[in-house]
Amino acid sequence: MYKTDEGEEIFVVDAHIHLWDARPENQRNIHGAQFINCFHDYHKALSPAEYLWTAEKFQHYGSDTLYEDLFVNGYADMAICQPTYLKEFYNTGFNTTEQNSELRDKYPERIILNGAFDPRDGEPGLEALEALVETYGVHGVKLYTAEWHGDSKGYKLSDPWAKRYLEKAQSLGIKNVHVHKGPTILPLNRDSFDVADIDDAATDFPELNFIVDHVGLPRLDDFCWIATQEKNVYGGLAVASAFVHARPRYFAEMMAELLFWVGEDKLLFASDYGIWQPKWLIEKFMAFEMPEDLKAETGVDLTPEAKRKILGLNAAKLYGIDVDAKKATLGAA
Amino acid sequence: MPTPTPLKQSGDPRLDDVWARLATVSDPELDESVADMGFVESVEIGADDQVRIGLRLPTFWCAPNFAFLMAHDMREAVESLDWVNRAEITLKDHCHAEEINRGVGSGHSFAETFPGQATAELDELRLTFRRKAFQGRQEVLLRRLLADGFTAAQLCDMRIGGLVVLELADADGALMCQRYLEIRGEFGGPAEDSDGAFTTSEGEALSPENFTEYLKDLRRVRMNAAFNANMCRSLLQTRYGKAGE
Repeated sequence: MYKTDEGEEIFVVDAHIHLWDARPENQRNIHGAQFINCFHDYHKALSPAEYLWTAEKFQHYGSDTLYEDLFVNGYADMAICQPTYLKEFYNTGFNTTEQNSELRDKYPERIILNGAFDPRDGEPGLEALEALVETYGVHGVKLYTAEWHGDSKGYKLSDPWAKRYLEKAQSLGIKNVHVHKGPTILPLNRDSFDVADIDDAATDFPELNFIVDHVGLPRLDDFCWIATQEKNVYGGLAVASAFVHARPRYFAEMMAELLFWVGEDKLLFASDYGIWQPKWLIEKFMAFEMPEDLKAETGVDLTPEAKRKILGLNAAKLYGIDVDAKKATLGAA
Repeated sequence: MPTPTPLKQSGDPRLDDVWARLATVSDPELDESVADMGFVESVEIGADDQVRIGLRLPTFWCAPNFAFLMAHDMREAVESLDWVNRAEITLKDHCHAEEINRGVGSGHSFAETFPGQATAELDELRLTFRRKAFQGRQEVLLRRLLADGFTAAQLCDMRIGGLVVLELADADGALMCQRYLEIRGEFGGPAEDSDGAFTTSEGEALSPENFTEYLKDLRRVRMNAAFNANMCRSLLQTRYGKAGE
């Protein structure tokens, strides 16, 4: 809960958080080490100095630190735990649904647990997806299309097997599909960040919501275009929102583009915790005002109403959260 | 392969030649020079006119296709100097450094470098991003000219010949103009003096009626490249410290 100077209570859902284990003993190979180093570089490049973590803390911060950072200091009412398996890089996985479920069981009113699937698992994976939904009761999945899998360095949502998995997920009651576009999709001669496959999937599955992590970065331009065409494509602001501190002008320009093309009803606040902390992200986001020249040029503004939607109401709608009831439950606890 | 022995480097005027050539090589995604981006870590000239260049990128995971294009283009640009016997590009700290260094060093194509993982060469990818570069360069120049007082109608009617002789008051404006004219021959249809200066990348004329909408489309493309370049600079600095440190 974020309280404005006027005393208004803003309901906050952090749409993208992790609880990972990237300690050296869990690293399977050099890629495990390089993966967490790269995340740590992102953390160091954009965080305010007082929020910087050492490499050791960054590798593993644990559920108590997470609770403190998100729900005690970080204004979040709820957070969506997105699994990233990366079993090719980490012995027991980077952060799996199973690991995350412990967090959800500890804080059931706070944590929304998402699952995952990988279309390259074929028929057995479809059964595993059914078991996953049954065991954990998830309503969303996180897909990491760049994840390595044997010889494969990634897949696309337009692949025939991906469609079979999306069909299955829909039949199991999954509503929300979070998609991370990453840098190593085969074949290597294509643009690996290309978001066009999301367009195909969104058209084929109008009942599903596709939330594109990092608003499609580094293909923000193509993402904006797709999101204007498809009513069920949303943008998750992780990474983008971190620019509000170190590069406020870029943040302003990017928000102006996103508000113009995608609109305030289809953007979700996200910290990507533990890469960044919601406390400073939200304080700076609430204090941010769209510069006059951008308002004049694009005709959009980041109004208090837009901020309310982006910080929590949009995610609440996607996940069927009754905001008033939830506020009451959390307030009584 | 014989290892070139570095000569005394500072003061060798040939180093300036090498850096000048490297300045012409762009990161295709960003449309910025690899030299300006800080991707060139080191340049050494060996006794037998071999040039050794260290290439470093913002992350271990930077897309291998773009990394290959940069390494390939750097080798080609430096070897175009008369006195250079051979240019050896060494990409470091990258998930595909070994393959890319071997491939570029042996003059292999991208598909040959990644057998089974690449189904074709990078021409289409290069073209896609070169088109975005055209749009980005056009957008900054159009906005600059609007700020200078040109109307949409005047810009839609302007000929290339008119743009060439246009005197912009400052170095920034002149550079925008020069960079746009450099790429105008690749996109936007015929590029004689009598042809339209500002056309779509497909060569269609612009009209004052759709001019504002058109500019908004271009802005999205230019913003994305600018944002990526900013992210890359931040990450490179985090990874390696400021240039020269």
